[in-house]
Amino acid sequence: MISGYLITILITILIYAMLAHSLNIITGHAGQISLGHAAFFGIGAYTSAMLYAEAGFPFWISVPLAAVVAGIVGALLGIPCLRVRDDFLAITTMGINFVVEAIFLYIPFFGGAMGIGGINLPKWFGREMTKPEYFVLILVVFFFLLLLDRRMGRSWIGLAWASIREDEQAAGAMGVDVVRFKVLAFILGSAIAGLAGGFYAHFLTFIMPQNFGFGQSILILCMVVFGGIGTRWGPIVGAVILGILPEISRPIMEYRILIYGILLLGMMRFQPGGLLGAESILSKAFRRTIYRLSNSG
Amino acid sequence: MTLLEITALSKEFDGLRALDGLSFTAKEEEILGIIGPNGAGKTTLFNLISGITPPSDGEINFQGKSILRLKPHQISHLGIGRTFQIVRPFQNLDVETNVLVAYGHRFYPSFWNSTKAFKQPEILREVQMLIERAGLQPYAKQLAKNLPLGFKKRLEIARALALKPRLLLLDEPSAGLRFEESTQLMGLIRQLRDQGIGVLLIEHNMQVVMDLCKRIVVLDHGSKIAEGSPEEIRSNPLVVQAYLGKEG
Repeated sequence: MISGYLITILITILIYAMLAHSLNIITGHAGQISLGHAAFFGIGAYTSAMLYAEAGFPFWISVPLAAVVAGIVGALLGIPCLRVRDDFLAITTMGINFVVEAIFLYIPFFGGAMGIGGINLPKWFGREMTKPEYFVLILVVFFFLLLLDRRMGRSWIGLAWASIREDEQAAGAMGVDVVRFKVLAFILGSAIAGLAGGFYAHFLTFIMPQNFGFGQSILILCMVVFGGIGTRWGPIVGAVILGILPEISRPIMEYRILIYGILLLGMMRFQPGGLLGAESILSKAFRRTIYRLSNSG
Repeated sequence: MTLLEITALSKEFDGLRALDGLSFTAKEEEILGIIGPNGAGKTTLFNLISGITPPSDGEINFQGKSILRLKPHQISHLGIGRTFQIVRPFQNLDVETNVLVAYGHRFYPSFWNSTKAFKQPEILREVQMLIERAGLQPYAKQLAKNLPLGFKKRLEIARALALKPRLLLLDEPSAGLRFEESTQLMGLIRQLRDQGIGVLLIEHNMQVVMDLCKRIVVLDHGSKIAEGSPEEIRSNPLVVQAYLGKEG
């Protein structure tokens, strides 16, 4: 039987992996930097929590609605972001994060600093789901999201995103409706972050504004960059490694932010593509091995 | 037949008049040369036609319809392709994918179509043909950033051709190229004209312009100072003055 401690860590890492994956759609695929991704994580968590704990909706409705609401807000907030680029976009998204966190904190409707409690794991077959079952549920959903991601990558949408990431003006001149495809990336990325928020709320059983602050956004971005921005598996690897690190040793937990910061600096200097980026040491070693195996065989 | 009609076109940047009441027409199957000293407004003109910046005043008609309020992607859908003075291929994508992006213009407008996979045999075959037309077939799988400048310029043309354009805007295609490279590129441009595509050619290399174009428009300080055949342009005192400065 898996210990409660282990399963808690596994679920947390899985949710972070989903979050990193969702940010990767906006920042990795479409090339739009976001420093406020935790805002959509929070919007999903609060939507699901309030629908469940206060309006009495079941988990199976509140969590999908969390994705829908986060996606809609993502589209609305994406629109001001369309006019700005690069550093201005980074600051705008950061501002969005602060505003959303402040709304949760200062508007009594959202429970203020005390947050919202009384959220439970979902029920099925007339009983509450166990944590391992909940883990499998999220895993299955994530699996389908990854299939969707692969499908997107092979479609014209993925190609349009790649062209926008490379050169917005040239993309426009080549027939790509830049605005529409950017909004699409914001909608999809925000909706998946909202879904992750819904799962997170029902797992934590109570949520507070601080869970969705700027620091959280940076952590998600660290995972994406560390693992390999724009790659399918990189953000997941990043989430797993950065998620496990603090659990391996307590000192790392205490100096978590410092260590993440150093890791990020080191990555930017020596492996800007991330662990799984095309030019990374790992990818090169992998290609060499394959080459050697195919030659010896 | 008239392809593009520019009427009294002006563009002001913070009080600076980059274009000032410019009018001319471009026809099908014609290479129209646009020349003028640095800062004459040539690239600004291209940016206005391709919708990257809106004009301050005037009218642009393409095949009889105004394209003044259209966005760059809508203008490219109508059949106006362009290259950039400072090349802008999608650097981290390979040659084939670069061309595919432009080929996709017919799929992007419908959400359903844009969810379809782009690696279809018949699509790849057509893209391959465009790459061959631009003489890039050995480099189809190379990243654009690894190509030498001459091939990047060819790539931009291949990419613009994937839009199935009626009109091509070429911004200094021969700049920075060696003589043989530039000669080959001119051959390609001539072929495109023979296939019925209208070409607007901005060019500093007089040899190239005089060779390729039957008609030339000369800009200086945002206005047209001359228009005519290469011989007329060569002997026009205003043109000589614009390039060499006034005597005394």
